[in-house]
Amino acid sequence: MSPIHDQSYRHYEGTRQPPGRGWAVIAWTGLAGFLAKRVFLAVMLIAWVPFIVRAVQIYVVTMYPTIGQAAPVNVKMFQDFLEQQGLFVYFVAVYVGAGLIANDRRANALQIYLAKPLLRIEYIGGKLAVLIVYLLEVTLLPGLLLIVLQVMFSGSFEFLRANAFVIPAVTLAALVRVVVASCTMLALSSLSKSGRYVAVMYTGAIFFSSAVFGVLRAITGSTRMAWISITANVEQVTDAIFRQSPRYETPVVVCALVLLGLVVLSISVLERRVRGVEVVE
Amino acid sequence: MNSAVALDHVTVTYGKNAALRDVTASFPKGAVGLLGPNGAGKSTMLKALLGFVAPDGGRLEVLGLNVAERPLDVRARLGYMPETDGHIPGMNAVTFVAYCGRLAGLPKADAIQRAHEVLYYVGLGEARYRNVETYSTGMKQRIKLAQALVHDPDLLFLDEPTNGMDPKGREEILELVRDLAHNKGIDLILSSHLLPDVEYTCDHVVVLDKGAIATSGPIEALKGPAGRIYEVRIKGDLAPFLAALKAAGLESHETDEDVMRVFISGALGAPGDDQRRICELAIASHVQVRHLRPSLPTLEDVFARAVGES
Repeated sequence: MSPIHDQSYRHYEGTRQPPGRGWAVIAWTGLAGFLAKRVFLAVMLIAWVPFIVRAVQIYVVTMYPTIGQAAPVNVKMFQDFLEQQGLFVYFVAVYVGAGLIANDRRANALQIYLAKPLLRIEYIGGKLAVLIVYLLEVTLLPGLLLIVLQVMFSGSFEFLRANAFVIPAVTLAALVRVVVASCTMLALSSLSKSGRYVAVMYTGAIFFSSAVFGVLRAITGSTRMAWISITANVEQVTDAIFRQSPRYETPVVVCALVLLGLVVLSISVLERRVRGVEVVE
Repeated sequence: MNSAVALDHVTVTYGKNAALRDVTASFPKGAVGLLGPNGAGKSTMLKALLGFVAPDGGRLEVLGLNVAERPLDVRARLGYMPETDGHIPGMNAVTFVAYCGRLAGLPKADAIQRAHEVLYYVGLGEARYRNVETYSTGMKQRIKLAQALVHDPDLLFLDEPTNGMDPKGREEILELVRDLAHNKGIDLILSSHLLPDVEYTCDHVVVLDKGAIATSGPIEALKGPAGRIYEVRIKGDLAPFLAALKAAGLESHETDEDVMRVFISGALGAPGDDQRRICELAIASHVQVRHLRPSLPTLEDVFARAVGES
């Protein structure tokens, strides 16, 4: 009599996808994993509160133009919105990003990942995609939706025609913020086996650099040392993107180069740390 | 293609330390044991074959593919069971194994089906919805085997697969390994320092010592008729007896069980000649022979001779 179900080993005769799509598997699994967490959903919901406030502002100003003088709907408003979202970029980056690689290192998962037909860059790309998608959801997505709402409430493209650069500006400013935060966080995550420690390191990097800049500003009375602060660099570059007067004396080019250097340094750290075997020399 | 894996003058160094020194070896198809004492370079060899470690020189081939040129194609056909515990955090067994299947290129539905199948095969069917982090040591060994098998590899690398397992679990894992190699047609390389594990599951063996190949070949041939072996236990000062054996051209090595093994090569004389010779040497060395009987060659003898533990 044959068994009901053969529980022995069987060879696989189905299809196989060619190598190169592993990053998408990592990204989708990571994205779905966070959607199952209530705390994460709560953070994301709170992150959209400023969007609702701005949407109400746009509606009221469009319906009652006289109020517009107190809270005008202009290019600066979109920049202010993105800067307010910086707080949520921090929270989402810490919640999502701190454990992305650190947890894998704690569980020795890198040797499992990299023994599959998967390049290191695919692994990093998959993890980076998780963080970037969620950070864009609290920056770029609400920013662009606000522009759409402005057009819908006003019933014309007049604002967009007068400020054609606002869509690329919102996009670019959001990308700068997101890419810098994602790369920095992922690099820090690859340096430790503890997500909590990574969160502390990231918080330290953000706030300590700003604190040092604040002290130097108070001592010298000048803002030429703004390049020391990650936040100040992002603000200075955002000012340039939105065609506003720079708020610090440090040249915009210097701030952009510092941010670029931070991203390059992060990629270099990831290249060294994400390996199937850890070599202690 | 006659061999599953081939190394041609491969050297791997970590800093100033050479883990593999100009190694040239061929692993035939079937089950091959990779033996060696701790630090011999077994894990390094597997990691070099996986592409984790770039060799300083030489050429590595797996299933006829050059590892340096086609690492992804190599890894698509490989299953790797690492020595240390490894899992993806926060996943249950089915999700973890299916995820590994998807990373190896299986479509989602197939990966889930295969995950259930291999989990039953390795004996985790009833525990497959439990979080992997709650598994015992033995279960973690089994899940590592499951994730290595999910994409139906042509070649398996098993790095110390029975580490930390109780005797029953160890026996079951060895049965699975033997079944895969001998009944399921999967070639495998079993890296271990446990000689009985290799002897039970493998047909061939490659012995590494200090980063170089000490010996290799079919186990039966290596154990073969190179001489006669006797188990000897003596009472008295061991050193002069060992010196006498050495002076008489007899090879010997100690075992864990207080019994030494003496190898006698050359033509077989009259019955009892070998025993008489050993006793005469004992008398000359002023020690008493408490135990003397012929023995069969084991893999332990092959290993001891290869790594020079005489």
